[in-house]
Amino acid sequence: MTIKPEQNLPPRAGFLNGVVVPEQPGKNAIEVRGVRKVFGTGEAQVAALDTVSVAIRENEFFTLLGPSGCGKTTLLRLIAGFDFPSEGEILLYGEDIAPLPPFKRPVNTVFQSYALFPHMTVAQNIGFGLEMLGKPKAEIQARVARMLKLVKMEALAGRRTSQISGGQQQRVALARALAPQPKVLLLDEPLSALDYKLRKEMQIELKRLQHETGITFIFVTHDQEEALTMSDRIAVMSSGKILQVGAPRDIYDRPAERFVADFIGETNFLKGTVVSKKSGVASVKLASDATVAAGFPEGFDPSGAVTVVVRPEHADLVADAAKGTVAGILANVVYFGTDTHYHVKLDGGDNFIVRHQNSRSGAVAFAPGAKVGIVFEDDGARILRD
Amino acid sequence: MSITLSKAAIFEAQAEKATSWRNRLLALPALVIIGIFGVLPLLIICVYSFLQAAPYGGVQWKFSTDAYLNFLFQRDIFDDTLQFTPDFLIIYLRSFLFAVVTTVICLLLGFPTAYFMATRPPAQRNWWVLLITIPFWSNLLVRTLAIMFIIRDEGLINNALMGLGLIEKPITMLYTNFAIQLGLLYSFLPFMILPLYSSLEKLDFRLVEAANDLYATRRQVLWRVIIPLSLPGIIAGCLLVFIPALGAYVTPLILGGGIHLMIGDLIAQQFGSGRNWPLGCAQALILMAAVLVALYFYVRNTSGKIQHG
Amino acid sequence: MADPRTIDIKDQPGFRSIAILCLCVLYVPILILMIFSFNTGSLVTHWEGVGFGWYGSALLNEEFHRAAQNTLIISTSATIISTIVATLAAIGMTRVKPWRGLPAAFMVINLPLVVPEIITAVATLSFFALIAGAFGLNFGIGNLILAHTVFCIPFAYMPIRARLEDMDLTLEAAAADLYATPWHAFRRITLPLLVPGIMSGAALAFIVSFDDFTITQLVAGPGQTTLPLYIWNQIRRPMTPEINAISTILLLVSILFVSVSFLIARRRAK
Repeated sequence: MTIKPEQNLPPRAGFLNGVVVPEQPGKNAIEVRGVRKVFGTGEAQVAALDTVSVAIRENEFFTLLGPSGCGKTTLLRLIAGFDFPSEGEILLYGEDIAPLPPFKRPVNTVFQSYALFPHMTVAQNIGFGLEMLGKPKAEIQARVARMLKLVKMEALAGRRTSQISGGQQQRVALARALAPQPKVLLLDEPLSALDYKLRKEMQIELKRLQHETGITFIFVTHDQEEALTMSDRIAVMSSGKILQVGAPRDIYDRPAERFVADFIGETNFLKGTVVSKKSGVASVKLASDATVAAGFPEGFDPSGAVTVVVRPEHADLVADAAKGTVAGILANVVYFGTDTHYHVKLDGGDNFIVRHQNSRSGAVAFAPGAKVGIVFEDDGARILRD
Repeated sequence: MSITLSKAAIFEAQAEKATSWRNRLLALPALVIIGIFGVLPLLIICVYSFLQAAPYGGVQWKFSTDAYLNFLFQRDIFDDTLQFTPDFLIIYLRSFLFAVVTTVICLLLGFPTAYFMATRPPAQRNWWVLLITIPFWSNLLVRTLAIMFIIRDEGLINNALMGLGLIEKPITMLYTNFAIQLGLLYSFLPFMILPLYSSLEKLDFRLVEAANDLYATRRQVLWRVIIPLSLPGIIAGCLLVFIPALGAYVTPLILGGGIHLMIGDLIAQQFGSGRNWPLGCAQALILMAAVLVALYFYVRNTSGKIQHG
Repeated sequence: MADPRTIDIKDQPGFRSIAILCLCVLYVPILILMIFSFNTGSLVTHWEGVGFGWYGSALLNEEFHRAAQNTLIISTSATIISTIVATLAAIGMTRVKPWRGLPAAFMVINLPLVVPEIITAVATLSFFALIAGAFGLNFGIGNLILAHTVFCIPFAYMPIRARLEDMDLTLEAAAADLYATPWHAFRRITLPLLVPGIMSGAALAFIVSFDDFTITQLVAGPGQTTLPLYIWNQIRRPMTPEINAISTILLLVSILFVSVSFLIARRRAK
């Protein structure tokens, strides 16, 4: 069974024309079903992926986010065909591609190291996939020219890949992977080798390319900021499992688990005991005897000792300690330019950080050692699974 | 377990099996050539060493342990008793001594040279490596000939000394033990320098700075840090000098003039003027055994090192 | 005591002198040998004047021509055969899932490096004597080609293997990702990148075959004189600087091939 690119494809009017194909709801480009991947045998066996299921929609910019060793690259390699799942199915537009070798999958990869062929020119690199597909010469030339234009590399078509800069190599790697018009583009931490400024530039560039080509992007990164800024949806992974899938805002504001809250952004963790609960909101008594109302994820029934999380920017300082939800002594003030962090030692003994956006006028003046109160925004406190 | 396990997992297993057979097939031609024309001949001389010598070279297919007995004893022509004759043993011991002295002196000269090379800036380092690599690969016969030209009675050294009036008659150096020893040193010095260099090149010289920082003097750094870390290279270099020096053939042939034999020309003699192939085979196998002992110590040493750290 | 500001702390006192001494020891005899090849006199050690006369007489010598021809036939054949089989073996034995028998295969490939040359020489002699006696088989100069191929294989194998180990595995993965079948990935990516290693290996194989004396001397039949054997025959006669001229030619061939192999190996894949 071979799926050739450009067969069984939905109409892709948007490709290269700047016209976006409207998303067809419910249509999945990739569906991963119950995939397990174990490496090694016997006692040395390690499960790199532990029964993962996820559906990635057509035309989506989907990000696999997690610390190194969480299985995100393994999942990408299974989709690309460099490894084969020990169990489970990987469906591409409904067809199981798990047993297909990489050269029979209409899926292309941008490698972390770019993996540009050092003995070929930029144009030869970009044309390689089309050549392997047996396209006529004229078509290859035309497509390579369009690709060069797309990534703004027309001037360097004849250069060897060793003669261009890292950012340019990155563009060539992108063009090379996009040239055969894959159904899905896989990107394995493609920006990690670039310096900060270039990385920011390429983030925008990638979004533009995805928009213009209308191809489904699956992007792997360990950089939470990168994931939040670029993705339509994010899957947060840890120890071979997907912990949460959702839009960036969902993941940040309503993390499903303690790991997700801890991995993405900064978070305050407060210990407490559930006193009462009704319709998604629980009353939790904290170590300082203060009681806060905290939301919790669906399908989770908190009771007894729990941890309450509050984002530093979802809280604010008040001078009158009595008016705060919780109170404590201001221990340290750290200036960050765009904002200021206030480190507060709470009455119960927990540490708490409040982030305050700086502005020219309303400078909030609190001195270390002062007794302060902290107020939480509505829905700012949440109870999470550990 | 679900049915979904099968397809991809089975495909992977099949693909792996196919590539493993393909890889074996790729290695086959080289293995067959070395097997037939390299390994089989070694087995044949094992067999030959237990046969009787034919009068004009070659062997007679009759079992005999004479070759090994002849190594240490000689049969008395009159009463057929065996008499201990250490002639061959002495040649083996002398060869061993030559090889040991060669190894030690090569190490004493080679280590400082390799260290000096490894501490040069990269561009200079490449030139040094090329300069040592050229003699490494140059014709051994020609290089030995070059030594011969210098130490002959009418050679450069004697001519110079006589020209200066320091001596009246040339000093005989060619066809002496000294000539062989000099030739061995000259032949195998690059064999010591290059492996030492490749191990010193990988050394992290920040360790030297760290040791210096902790009050170690230059010599202390050398003995306590550099030499222990380059031990694998030292052992490899010693082996690369010792083994070919022990079995040297060209050097004693040209510089020993057939007067001072080493194992190499002793073996060759049995296949030439000696016309005693089984004896030559036995002598070759005894040399091979010595080499295998040296290799065994090398393997044991290096594998121990790996376990250590 | 030298000014500490000018000393590199890595330097060890006296090592520079020893290094320079070693270089002199290695090169002075060779250079003297080469210089005397330009001697116009007929004595090998008395200098009479500069000239190329001995090169002329060497190159016009019928025996030299035959020896050079034999050497080229043997070395070229052994180089081609050993480089091809070494390349195949390196591909099947490097960066692959370990197959059963792989460690044994490594030992066999490296065997010719471990066995002292004189043992290989008498063993090969015995082998060819046996097959000549038992089966009447004699391949003529083919005997020498086969004997040379055996010890050329490990020398050709080493740089090819090193090159393969240096190669970025993701390049082949990238080719497969871009619809190249395993054969196309090998043909278009692996092989072109392997060429420098193959060239370097071929150069080394050629040198060791070209220079071999011990094995050739014992295995060679009548009329199979190679250049090293020719020199050996010359030493046993009254010597003239012609021998220096021929030796110099041999050295220059070695230097040329070493330098080529060295430069190729140094140029890493960019």
